Amino acid sequence: MTSTNIIDVRNISVEFRGEEDTFRAVRNLSFAIAPGETLAVVGESGSGKSVTSLAIMRLIEFGGGRIVDGKITFNGQSGSRVLSDQSMRQMEAVRGNDIAMIFQEPMTSLNPVFTVGQQIAEAVRLHQNCSDAEARAEALRMLEKVRIPDARRILDRHPHQLSGGMRQRVMIAMALSCKPRLLIADEPTTALDVTIQAQILKLIRLLQEEMGMAVLFITHDMGVVAEVADRVLVMRHGEKVEEGTVEEIFDAPQHPYTKALLAAVPRLGALQGQDLPRRFPLLKADGDHRDASGYDHHPPQDTVTGDAPILQVRDLVTRFDIRKGLLSRVTGRVHAVEHVNFDLRRGETLALVGESGCGKSTTGRTLMMLQEPNGGQVLYKGKDILSLRGAERQEMRRKIQYVFQDPYASLDPRLTVGFSIAEPLLTHKLVKPSEVQDRVVQLLRDVGLQPEHARRYPHQFSGGQRQRICIARALAGDPDILITDEAVAALDVSIQAQVVNLMMELQEQRGLSFIFISHDMAVVERVSHRVAVMYLGQIVEIGSRRQVFENPQHPYTRRLLSAVPIASPEGRNRNRPLIEGEIASPVRAPNDPPLVAPLVEVEAGHHVARHPIGDFS
Amino acid sequence: MTTTVLVEPAEQMRKPLAEFWRRFRRQKVALVALAFLVLLVGVAALAPWVAPYDPAAPDYNAVLQGPSAAHWAGTDTYGRDIFSRIIWGARISLAVGFLSVTLGALGGVSLGIIAGYYGGLVDSAVMRLCDLLLAFPGILLAIAVIAVLGPGITNVIYAVAIFSIPVFARLARGTTLQLKRTVYVDAARAIGVSNTTIMLRHILPGTLPNVIVYFSMRIGTSILTAAALSFIGLGAQPPSPEWGAMLADGRTYMGVADHLTLFPGLAIFLTVLGFNLFGDGLRDALDPKLRSS
Repeated sequence: MTSTNIIDVRNISVEFRGEEDTFRAVRNLSFAIAPGETLAVVGESGSGKSVTSLAIMRLIEFGGGRIVDGKITFNGQSGSRVLSDQSMRQMEAVRGNDIAMIFQEPMTSLNPVFTVGQQIAEAVRLHQNCSDAEARAEALRMLEKVRIPDARRILDRHPHQLSGGMRQRVMIAMALSCKPRLLIADEPTTALDVTIQAQILKLIRLLQEEMGMAVLFITHDMGVVAEVADRVLVMRHGEKVEEGTVEEIFDAPQHPYTKALLAAVPRLGALQGQDLPRRFPLLKADGDHRDASGYDHHPPQDTVTGDAPILQVRDLVTRFDIRKGLLSRVTGRVHAVEHVNFDLRRGETLALVGESGCGKSTTGRTLMMLQEPNGGQVLYKGKDILSLRGAERQEMRRKIQYVFQDPYASLDPRLTVGFSIAEPLLTHKLVKPSEVQDRVVQLLRDVGLQPEHARRYPHQFSGGQRQRICIARALAGDPDILITDEAVAALDVSIQAQVVNLMMELQEQRGLSFIFISHDMAVVERVSHRVAVMYLGQIVEIGSRRQVFENPQHPYTRRLLSAVPIASPEGRNRNRPLIEGEIASPVRAPNDPPLVAPLVEVEAGHHVARHPIGDFS
Repeated sequence: MTTTVLVEPAEQMRKPLAEFWRRFRRQKVALVALAFLVLLVGVAALAPWVAPYDPAAPDYNAVLQGPSAAHWAGTDTYGRDIFSRIIWGARISLAVGFLSVTLGALGGVSLGIIAGYYGGLVDSAVMRLCDLLLAFPGILLAIAVIAVLGPGITNVIYAVAIFSIPVFARLARGTTLQLKRTVYVDAARAIGVSNTTIMLRHILPGTLPNVIVYFSMRIGTSILTAAALSFIGLGAQPPSPEWGAMLADGRTYMGVADHLTLFPGLAIFLTVLGFNLFGDGLRDALDPKLRSS
């Protein structure tokens, strides 16, 4: 058994020695990977999954870590080696040659000053004895292998001239140039849009079949796991929680943590056949989980009241000029938001979904008056808010609040959390100074935090707690509308589910309306009453959640939905056609506005674009 | 209320000030510099009680004496005790250094934040003015200012303050440009906080680490410039025991009585070095780029 495995990790422990204390990041971990097999290591942030991969590469020493115990055996072309005993010099021959690695952020892993071709050729020359011309030919062959269209032209491009998905392909080409026996992929698709993610996942699988290599796939995304893995290893706090085949883990998880993790994963199609959104059914992590019937104890989110919309957006247009040259002439224009129209009712959640560059965030920022629009109206209770100036405008900002993606960045690190929450109260003089303290305590309780947290600083909280703080701050001014811009995207799934549930709970209590900006279709299905799909600055489809998810009319909506990885191995479709192409760019020449036409109603409340937009005609 | 599913471990607690001290403590050289500066400030503050002699009282029985048990640093041409004069001189130098840099920092930081935050025309106007001031060598500018205002120690403070303004303005502007793009400034704006409040509450504190570091280093430079101005007769007037003025007095006796220039020179050298080393230590402790965690 052991001899046939490519890599065999036995009881390893990894320690980081700090100045005052020692931190054990991985404890007594064992696993093995056979040739041609994919092992997915899943876990939330801080579970030690990345540390494990760095330990195999022995890169952990550069970060101040040390393998203190255990044995890593690797069976390469040149026989068996015990990696945990190799010297640093011996490891250099293994890295990139027998074991290759790809990372999450392809921009920072590529050197910006060399062309793509030079970098791949460099990797080839480093490990194989060949001439410059041979190395370049090999680089071209590798680019074709990772299915880059027009590879010969791409060879002479610099990394910044390529899109994120292309860069990741180049990284993969580089990693595979020496035909490694083991590929370690550390969150390789986390920074990519879903349609591009689907392409990369498919590509890794194809190449694995062609080259027969073993893959160690590190991810936090259960959907991706179900898509790629043969076997799964669940980690938590540096220890193995559970290991099994992908079917075992998904169909019959044994450990309560695995069960809780799976319960928190948003699954596309989970609310099929239901009209209203519903909160996540959550399980407790340590024992005490309810039986299957106890899962869905939340009633449907029936919060929409009144027919008169609280917010009406009419023909909203936001564009950015791209200026170049000495005279700063306008050489191009980003058409971020193009004639966007929608209504929002009290207690309603409208999701704005789309991929990067589709204009969903700019729409939110324009509504928040953080960005000046080029045209259009935003009516709040019938009053145009974009024409407001000065004090009236500041007052209006109380009614519409914003929750940003990165909760840490949106809190001033030098102020206590209590002060940050009190800031809107003080700014708008909403309560008497003597009552500020009480209000802050109440807000903290409302979002599930403790009163004593008010005196702490943002860095003393975890990601989920910080997002709760941001929500508390947004609620302080007693707003009617919350705009949440990817507010749960950066959180671990279990925390994400909690924060989503919190938002829905607050919606029920306060009759809040949400504009929920997200790229994650599965989460959107959970929270929204209505969905607007954006593409190249335009809404291509808008309708009730059920209409858009169960009867998608626009080809882009269908593409988006089909690219979402399904968190269930039966749902995976390894043979579905590879989606080709890049995400279209919203940049156009200065006097070339895109074609915009009114949407066509296909059923009551369900509108679809029938005019050509980008690739879709 | 909400069911807590997984317990989120909060990061270890550490107060910002305690954290700063933990980092600063590791800089041994800076600690020594700090100890020296504390001693200097203490001695200067207690000068009437610490100084063994009256700094202005001549003693014609002990003129131009070398260092001895009675006069640790010797006496000058009027028989005044040099050690006592250096102690009293520390008061002047420290006051000039501190006041001039404070004025310069106040002006410079305000201008820099306003320029950086509003950008555009305001920014261009303020920064071109700074460029203009920076184009002059500092000492030349100070001499020009004194020429307009007239000699005297108060005017030295103004002169040195004016040429501190552009450096602080640039420093504050740079940090402001970074901070105004942060999400938390956007967040404050989204809440409806006014521009003035954003600048004071969210941006000013962020510029302070850099400003404090530069402040401490700048005091050294300012003491040096003030001494130089006094040396050429534009600053402190006799019989004031200003270090630069003492150097100028002793210059004529350099061959005969070295101690006249040696000890005031040493005082200037050690003080400036002390402030610079202390500033280096501050920077290492405050610079977020050097932080590991």
